[in-house]
Amino acid sequence: MPEVDVRLERVTKRFGEVVAVDDLSLDIAEGEFFSLLGPSGCGKTTTLRMIGGFEDPTMGTVYLGGRDVTDLPPYRRDVNTVFQSYALFPHLNVFENVAFGLRRRKVPKDEIATRVREAMRLVDLEGFEERRPAQMSGGQQQRVALARALVNRPKVLLLDEPLGALDLKLRKQMQLELKRIQQEVGITFIYVTHDQEEAMTMSNRIAVMRHGRIEQLGEPEAVYENPATEFVAGFLGASNLLEGEVKETNGSGLATVLLTAGPSVRLPVDRLPAGATGRVKVGVRPEKVSIAPEGEAGPADRNTVTGRVTMSTYIGVSHQFKVQTAGGAELTVYVQNLGAERSPAQGESVVLTWKPEHTFAVEPQEDLTSEEDEG
Amino acid sequence: MAGPVSDERTAVVLPAEGPLAPPARQGERTLERRRRAVAYLLLTPGTLYLALFFALPLILIIYTSLKSGGLLSGGGFRFTWQWENYTDGLATYGSFYVRSVVYAGIATVACILLAYPMAYWIAFYGGRWKSALFFMILVPFFVSFVIRTVQWRFLLGDFGLIFGPLKDLGLLPQDFRVLATPLAVIAGITYNFLPFTALPLYVALDRIDRSLIEAAKDLYATKTEAFRKVVLPLSFPGLFAAVILTFVPATGDYVNSSVLGGPNTTMIGQIIQTKFLVELRYPEAAALSVVLMVGMLLIALLYAKALGTEDETLAAGAGA
Ligand SMILES: Nc1ncnc2c1ncn2[C@@H]1O[C@H](COP(=O)(O)OP(=O)(O)O)[C@@H](O)[C@H]1O
Ligand SMILES: [Mg+2]
Repeated sequence: MPEVDVRLERVTKRFGEVVAVDDLSLDIAEGEFFSLLGPSGCGKTTTLRMIGGFEDPTMGTVYLGGRDVTDLPPYRRDVNTVFQSYALFPHLNVFENVAFGLRRRKVPKDEIATRVREAMRLVDLEGFEERRPAQMSGGQQQRVALARALVNRPKVLLLDEPLGALDLKLRKQMQLELKRIQQEVGITFIYVTHDQEEAMTMSNRIAVMRHGRIEQLGEPEAVYENPATEFVAGFLGASNLLEGEVKETNGSGLATVLLTAGPSVRLPVDRLPAGATGRVKVGVRPEKVSIAPEGEAGPADRNTVTGRVTMSTYIGVSHQFKVQTAGGAELTVYVQNLGAERSPAQGESVVLTWKPEHTFAVEPQEDLTSEEDEG
Repeated sequence: MAGPVSDERTAVVLPAEGPLAPPARQGERTLERRRRAVAYLLLTPGTLYLALFFALPLILIIYTSLKSGGLLSGGGFRFTWQWENYTDGLATYGSFYVRSVVYAGIATVACILLAYPMAYWIAFYGGRWKSALFFMILVPFFVSFVIRTVQWRFLLGDFGLIFGPLKDLGLLPQDFRVLATPLAVIAGITYNFLPFTALPLYVALDRIDRSLIEAAKDLYATKTEAFRKVVLPLSFPGLFAAVILTFVPATGDYVNSSVLGGPNTTMIGQIIQTKFLVELRYPEAAALSVVLMVGMLLIALLYAKALGTEDETLAAGAGA
C-alpha cells in the first residue's frame, strides 16, 4: 500500500446555517487519481478548497504527506490547483502564466525556461508561449492552466471540474489526455466532477458525495457494480430499482427477496445492506438484463421477471427497451446490437432474466426526488 | 472597453476558423451591412452633440484667440492673425502654467494615494455593502463645489475650527497659517477631485476576478506579491483613467486657488477666468485656454505613451 498523501480527519465546514461539508474523513494515496463525484452543491468544491487552503475547516484536520496543514495558507502548501474558470492571468502571456509559481519560488532563470518548456510539451502547447490567454481557445486555456500547476511539481494537484466548460468531444479527448499526464508525472490528482462517466473513466477511486458526506468510496467498478445506497445507484449510471422484502438468507450464500411487483429474486447475501432484514430496493443494471420472447423461459438459476415492452428504441450500439412488469414496475434493458437476433417489438410480452450475482440491494432512501440531477 | 473585447474575439476565432470558414452567404452579408448601418446610426446623436458643443466652440475659441482690439476701447475685436496673444501670453504667464501643473500633479498623487486604498478596500472587503460604501464617498459631492470649498475656509481659517483652538492652547504659533498657502490650494483640489479618482479605480478593482488572486496564492504568491503581480497590473486601466480624469480638470481649476489661495498661489485657470469675465479681454483669454488645452493634450499623450497604453497589458486588463 503506497503512503497516504492527503488525509481529511472529521472535517466539517459550515457557511452560516449551511453545512457544506459534514464530518468527512478521507485518505488518498500517493500517486492516486481520486475523484470527488456528486451533484451540484454536495460540497465537492468546498472539500477541495480546504485541501488547497482556500477555506478553513470549521472543525477537523487536514494532513498533507503526514503533516498537519490545517492552519497553513495556500502558498505554504505543496499543492496546486486547476481552477474551474482556469483563472489565467489576462495581463501575462502564456510563458509568464506558467512561470508564475516558479518565479515566486525564486527558481533560477535557466531552470524556469527549461521547466516551462517541459510543461508546455507535456500539455502539447509548444510554440504558444507568447500568446495571451484571451487569444486561445477554451481547450488551450485549459491546458495552460494545467501546465501552470504541474510545472511546480506539487505533491498533489487539485482539479475542480476542469473540463466543465469544454464541449463533449473535447472533453472526452481531454479526459484521456489528463489520465496520460497523470500517469506520466505520477502526481496525486484529486478531481472534482459531477459527471459520473468522467469520474469512472479516469479514476483509481471515487468518492460519491451527497449533502457534504461521502455516500460511498471505492474503485469505479466496485461502486458501479455494487452501489451502497439508492442515491449512488441512481447517480452512477442507470439502474433498475424494485421494491421488495428480504425473505430468507439460505446457506448457499444467496438471499431471497420478494418483490412488491411480483416474483422473488435472489442475490448474494453479502450484497444486502448491512443488517437489512425488512424492506429493501433490489437493483440490476440495464445492460445485465437479457430480454427474450415470452415462453422462452431462461435457465432456472437466473432471476426472472415477465412483462410487456412499452418502448423500444434503437440507438446504434444498442437497443434500449422499457418493460412494464405485471406488478406495475418498470425496468430498462440495454441489449448490445450484435445484429443477429430479432428484437422484441413494442407491446410484445417478454421475459427478463439476469444472474443473481448481478443483483444488488440498497436501503430505500426517502429524500431523493428533488436533488439528483446536477446543475 | 469595446475595442479590446472585440479584438479578443477575432483573435480567438481567426486562427481556428479563418482559412476554413465558408464564404458568407449573400443574406448574411446584407444582414451584416445592415447591422453596421445601425451601429453608425446610433453614433449620430453623439456625433452631432460633439460637433455642436465641442468642435464648434473649439473653433470659435481658436478663431477668437487670433483677434486683436478691445471690447470697450479700440472699437471691438477684429481677426488679424494676432499671434502675439500667444507669445505674450506665454511670456507673461508661463510660470502660472508651471504652478498649475505642479499643484495639480501633487494633488493627483495625493488623490491616488487616498482613493486607491479606499476603492481597494470597498471593492474587496465591502461585501454586500459595497455600493452603499462607495456611495458614501460621493455623498459630500452632492453639495455645490463652491459651497464645499468655502467650508474649507472655515476649517482652515487662521483662527478657524481647527487652528483656533490649537493656537489658544499654545500648540501652534500665533502666526501659523495654512489658508492662502500652496498647501491649502492643493488640499482643496485633492478633496474636490477625489471622486474622479475613486470612481475609475473602484470600477477597475471591482471587476478583477477574485479567482485570479486565489490562483496567485495557489502559485506561492504571498498577499503582497498577489497584489503587486496581479491586482495592481490589472488595475492599471483604472489608474490611468483616474490620473487623467483628476489631473486634467485640476490643472484648469480656479475655484480652489481663488477661495483657498492667496496672491502667491494663483493658477492659470484664475488668470483665464479673470481675463474672460472681468477684463473682457477675450482674445488673450482664448489664447491662454488654447495653450492650456494643447499642453494638457501633450501631457496626456506623453503619459499614455510612457505607460504603454498601446501595449496589450492595459488592453488585456481592460478586456478581462
Ligand atoms: N462561500 C460560501 N458562502 C456560503 N455558502 C457557500 C459558500 N461556498 C459554498 N457554499 C454552500 O456550500 C454548499 C456546497 O457548495 P460546494 O462545495 O460549492 O458544492 P459543489 O462544488 O459540490 O457544487 C452549497 O450549498 C453552497 O451553496
Ligand atoms: Mg463546485
